[in-house]
Amino acid sequence: MIPVTTIGGYLGAGKTTLINHLLRHPDGQKLAILVNEFGALSIDEDLIEAQDDDLISIAGGCICCSFGDNLVGALMDLMQRQPRPDHIVIEASGVAIPGAIAASLSLIQGLKPNGVVVLADSETVRDLSNDTYLGDTILRQLKDADLVIATKTDLVAESWSHDLGNWLATVSPRAALVHAIQGRVSSDIILGPRSPGMHPEQNRHSDSLFKSKVFPISRPLDLKALVTGLISPELGITRAKGFVLTPTGETVLVQVIGRRAETSTSPNRSQHAVVCIGPAHTINTQELDRLFNSV
Amino acid sequence: MADITIFQARTIVTMNPSAPKATHVAIRDGRILGVGALSDLQGWGDYELNTQFADMTLMPGFVEGHAHAMEGTLWRHVYCGFFDRMDPNGKVWDGLKTLDDVLDRLKQAEAELTDPDAPLTGFQLDPIYMDNITVTRHDLDQVSATRPIGILHASGHILNVNTKALELAGMMRTGLNHPGIELGADGMSIGVLKSPEVYMPVGPIIGLDRAATDADEPGLRDFAKLCVRTGTTTVTDLASRLDDNAVGMMLRVTGEPTFPARVVPLKFFMGHTPEELISITLEHKKKSTDQLRLGRIKVIADGSIQGFSARLRWPGYHNGAPNGLWYIAPEQLSEIYHRALEADICVHTHTNGDQATDLALDMLSPALTAHPRPDHRFTLQHCQLADQAQFRRMKSLGMCVNLFANHHFYWGDEHYRLTVGPERAERMNACRTALDIDVPMTIHSDAPVTPLAPLFTAWCAVNRITASGRIQGEAEKISVEEALQAVTLGAAYTLHLDGEIGSIEVGKHADFAVLDADPTTCDPMTLKDIGVWGTVQGGRIFAAADL
Repeated sequence: MIPVTTIGGYLGAGKTTLINHLLRHPDGQKLAILVNEFGALSIDEDLIEAQDDDLISIAGGCICCSFGDNLVGALMDLMQRQPRPDHIVIEASGVAIPGAIAASLSLIQGLKPNGVVVLADSETVRDLSNDTYLGDTILRQLKDADLVIATKTDLVAESWSHDLGNWLATVSPRAALVHAIQGRVSSDIILGPRSPGMHPEQNRHSDSLFKSKVFPISRPLDLKALVTGLISPELGITRAKGFVLTPTGETVLVQVIGRRAETSTSPNRSQHAVVCIGPAHTINTQELDRLFNSV
Repeated sequence: MADITIFQARTIVTMNPSAPKATHVAIRDGRILGVGALSDLQGWGDYELNTQFADMTLMPGFVEGHAHAMEGTLWRHVYCGFFDRMDPNGKVWDGLKTLDDVLDRLKQAEAELTDPDAPLTGFQLDPIYMDNITVTRHDLDQVSATRPIGILHASGHILNVNTKALELAGMMRTGLNHPGIELGADGMSIGVLKSPEVYMPVGPIIGLDRAATDADEPGLRDFAKLCVRTGTTTVTDLASRLDDNAVGMMLRVTGEPTFPARVVPLKFFMGHTPEELISITLEHKKKSTDQLRLGRIKVIADGSIQGFSARLRWPGYHNGAPNGLWYIAPEQLSEIYHRALEADICVHTHTNGDQATDLALDMLSPALTAHPRPDHRFTLQHCQLADQAQFRRMKSLGMCVNLFANHHFYWGDEHYRLTVGPERAERMNACRTALDIDVPMTIHSDAPVTPLAPLFTAWCAVNRITASGRIQGEAEKISVEEALQAVTLGAAYTLHLDGEIGSIEVGKHADFAVLDADPTTCDPMTLKDIGVWGTVQGGRIFAAADL
């Protein structure tokens, strides 16, 4: 299954900057980026290896395709490509409802939704949410988000950012919040961490704004209690992924995106661990330790 | 042989106010040399008198300002509509009133297929008229369980499929999680796929692939046959993706000696930045011919009212549905307007809901201030819910409007009861208001959504009768003369073609509708029933019976 991350948010919220940052830090993954139209997404020129009408080839095996008004068709084409991408990122149009895009992923076999990330311009998003034409669209976008990235944090006062955070918590009840400057968000935050233990380099984030921690698991855990804990805002994580041993001796794959968790059965494994990621200033590793020790 | 032909008709309705009626029209080189009595025309020199229309009425060839050439491609599939409808070969298919009727016709078509794997595809189903029944995959499985079946609804937004089609598309499985897919008790799709996005995986399997919105070569020829049968000599394709292959094909096909219509394809905005859109359209403009008029843009601002995806102002949908969807961001619309005005390219904008109309007006006003462009003729397409204040703004901005008269007949009852409620339903497609406020106005079919037939479209605007037989919006009725003006000069005006077509007067193209009766003297209720013998286009005669 190829994971698909949907990135939404209105024009100017910073989607292009974020995608360029992702393409610079793909962490060894072959990303396929789907955009509405090429011209609107100005990929940094030094990243482009080749370009034709439908496709931009990017250093490191990543590609960028435009889908116009036919996202599902473009995704079907992508599934036919060799080699298959490791991860697909959809850049939704500024007025698209990203939840609807995420829903359409279930139409195609072999794709797995990997979260809706909505960007919000810290300066303008609250005004936009009151705009006659756009207000309800902006609020629907935020409501669908698993992860809200408040961008351009450097352009607003700390108190403004704080108020914005409180407001976003009410309009994006399901989302974890990350503040970002110039698109500098760890790839792991957008794409999700890879399974712990397989990629020792995973703790190397593109900068010190984000932190991840691996929690090895050596005994059966109460899955429900663990998941309830991981999605609580107090722990300050944005994503988590890992394999958990349950009291019945089964291995379960756990994935957390924002305030939402998914569990699925997995082939049994000898080693179990969960990796948690979050902004360095919100992730509460002490509480996380306590959670993993207590459930 | 003389190079002048003079047609004699019982009546020629010229739509030229200085000489509204005549009996003879002289043509040379495909253009009108003169109109009047025979004696008025003899001074041009030797002529051949053609009397084959002596018992008929000539009108300017009708101009359809909002249709889609895909109507031509759809007719290779099975007609499943509720109303009687004529195909490109002139056969009138009976409307199907019950699900059993639909299944019977599909079974009949299925029996005629020789390839056991070939798909069976139908179109124009509209369960609104069948008490809103849900047609499931189990219904269609009765027709065939072994070949894929897909039936497209009249709206184009819903596809019914059978189990085999779901299997072949990889959709016969649990785990489908989409608001456009209703699941049965078994966790599987019931076979109703709502929205083009949802039915995209099935489309190629049943022969409705992603390019289905663009006509292919035989489709374009079939579309033109429908033009002849309805008296239409100029028709828009609104809109087309117009890639290089499509432009080449359309230039070639419309240039054939027997191709009977002028085609005006508008370039669809999506998939390009505004900058690219303008440069592509400028390139297309240079390739224009008499028969293929390129160089215009179509933008879609919102969705459809009956699909609850149109953008409405307060108080929104009558049934409380949430507001619809934007298909373009305000900044993008504004940029297209700015650049198009600067480049002298006309933009037609689909705005169904009144909030979408507001947006178009709001974006055009400053763009016009920045790039004054007298006579721009930017046109609002559908514009179904506009109120008087909005028409006044259109007037002051120099905009044109193309109202969806046919919609009023087919979905008027639905709008009254469900989508917008009585008051707004009464004023929908406000032709009277547009004319009173002096906004250049035309009316359209949006074929294949409703049938291409300008006389029917005129009938709809004149009588404002809904499918259930109610008169809805007495105050917005227009006269027969006004409706005929709308489907000739009115549409030509929105395309900057009113100097070439739309009336029968000297210098214009010899494009005529050849009718069995004079629409200006008939009972307005029979306007839609007037027989169409065929057309004259560019001076060439096209008899519907000979197609």
